[in-house]
Amino acid sequence: MYRGFRHFFLLCCLLAATFAQAQLSIEITGAGANRIPIAIPDFSGDSVAARVITGTVRSDLERSGLFQLIEANETGLDEDSPIAYADWKARGADAVAAGSVTRKADGRVEARFRLHDTQKELSLGGAAYVTGNDQLRAAGHRIADFIYEKLTGEKGVFSTRIAYVVKSRGQFLLQIADADGQGAATALASSEPIISPVWSPDGSKLAYVSFEKKKPIVYVHSLASGQRHIVANQKGSNSAPAWSPDGRKLAVVLSKDGNSQIFTVNADGSGAPQRLVTSAGIDTEPRFAPDGSLFFTSDRGGSPQIYRLPPGGGEPQRITFEGNYNVSPRPSADGKTLAFITRRNGQFQLAVMDLASRQVQVLTDSSKDESPSFAPNNRMILIATEIGGRGVLSAVSSDGRIKQRLSVAAGDVREPAWGPFLK
Amino acid sequence: MYKLIISTLLSALILGCSSTPLPGDGADGVQVETRGDGTITQVTAGDLDASGLPRVLTDPQSKLSQRSIYFDLDRYEIKGEYQGLVAAHAKYLVDNRGFKVLIQGNTDERGSREYNLALGQKRADAVKRSLLLLGAREDQLESVSLGKEKPKNPGTGEEAWAENRRADILYRAPDLRGEF
Repeated sequence: MYRGFRHFFLLCCLLAATFAQAQLSIEITGAGANRIPIAIPDFSGDSVAARVITGTVRSDLERSGLFQLIEANETGLDEDSPIAYADWKARGADAVAAGSVTRKADGRVEARFRLHDTQKELSLGGAAYVTGNDQLRAAGHRIADFIYEKLTGEKGVFSTRIAYVVKSRGQFLLQIADADGQGAATALASSEPIISPVWSPDGSKLAYVSFEKKKPIVYVHSLASGQRHIVANQKGSNSAPAWSPDGRKLAVVLSKDGNSQIFTVNADGSGAPQRLVTSAGIDTEPRFAPDGSLFFTSDRGGSPQIYRLPPGGGEPQRITFEGNYNVSPRPSADGKTLAFITRRNGQFQLAVMDLASRQVQVLTDSSKDESPSFAPNNRMILIATEIGGRGVLSAVSSDGRIKQRLSVAAGDVREPAWGPFLK
Repeated sequence: MYKLIISTLLSALILGCSSTPLPGDGADGVQVETRGDGTITQVTAGDLDASGLPRVLTDPQSKLSQRSIYFDLDRYEIKGEYQGLVAAHAKYLVDNRGFKVLIQGNTDERGSREYNLALGQKRADAVKRSLLLLGAREDQLESVSLGKEKPKNPGTGEEAWAENRRADILYRAPDLRGEF
């Protein structure tokens, strides 16, 4: 009996450890200058589900660095309750969200809420979301997105997902998690490295480079079915996939002709690779901007610098000039900003360039930044960096003010890729 | 314990024998055949190791068991001290046309993963070009890069980085057994 209990206890510990390992924990190390004060009392109705949902909404908004939560211990307020605007204003809240959570006959949960502006003393609208009991946090993310968009004017990214690679005990895990690091699930486990994951524009697939066959090969992996197929396995190395804006092609880097060069291949793996750019040196890290132009890293000028190929083709133009190591270009979804990694005094740091003025700003003071990835609303940039010898992810706002750190207890996290908006 | 006792007893017996005086002591012994220097090299039919490769490729005594070519920082040409090693591998490939090699280029940990992958490719390509010039055939060779993903020394600092700036040669036998 005792023995049985001990085994059960050990099993629980093991499960807990596995669970802990899979979860990213988040630490916020900065906040915006003007945060919007908002009160979100617990939604009324089913108290267990309501606590999960309102808790998710609050932590989403707070983590964004753009909101300040005003304490609100009221109970019984729902989406139809009259709002005492003057009282809330006196307590410092510019906005109030109130709602209710009800369990439906089929076991699903419905969350209804309304957002109020206490300054203008009017409702900013509301919404209702129905989810399964195991998807309560998803409902919370949707509500947080609604509030974020109404109050900041830009779309929220709380419902989006991120992909990243965890290296733990000699294993490489390609994981997908909510943007807040919760709900991590492993899409691919391998004993060999996995790098350069990128989301298809519709968010249903990932392309990545896997070394499982002793050399780099590019795969496309459908997340729902788990089915994967090879899109580039030429003689030599195959790497650095980037989706075309329509999701039908991928730019990849192939060394089949003796030099790392950029080609396009069909996303379904059919046909032969087509040469996209030609140089006598290294061309790599291609990324399409929304207008179809292509940013990439090349050492054609003697040191690795970022170049831009115009949408119709032609002669690539050099974009970066400060320093002798500028790599990993990532254009924002609005095409206005370029995030990249620059080496300054031997330190690899995240920088952004305003593409209209070509003004460059270094956003971090870390030393091993890698693999930047824009949130689909362009406000945050996710990077891999190293703290205390361990790989962690860091989210930095495009103005450098807000910083969040995401780490996994028992491993190195690297190669982040922020997914697109949910359709 | 028993083994110890038995072996002790045996040693005592042998010692006892050798101390026994020989008959005809002082006379010349009987001439026996000469055995050269007395060492014996054991040969096993097929002489393959566990991975299915000829031992000449894996035996630490054999030059061909040396598979790593190291490079200087930001350099991609084969240093003089490795020319002999590359030539030995080229000769093996010329003499054994059924064998193939995979050349994996590597870099140190600094900088972008994908840019390092391209740099590692330059190292692997340099070894491949050299083997081609020395008579190996294109269809025997594939050069790929592992970038900074598979460091030999996972540490940080100049010593570790120097160990990681290298190209490794992996062999595959005609029966497809081997290291890749």
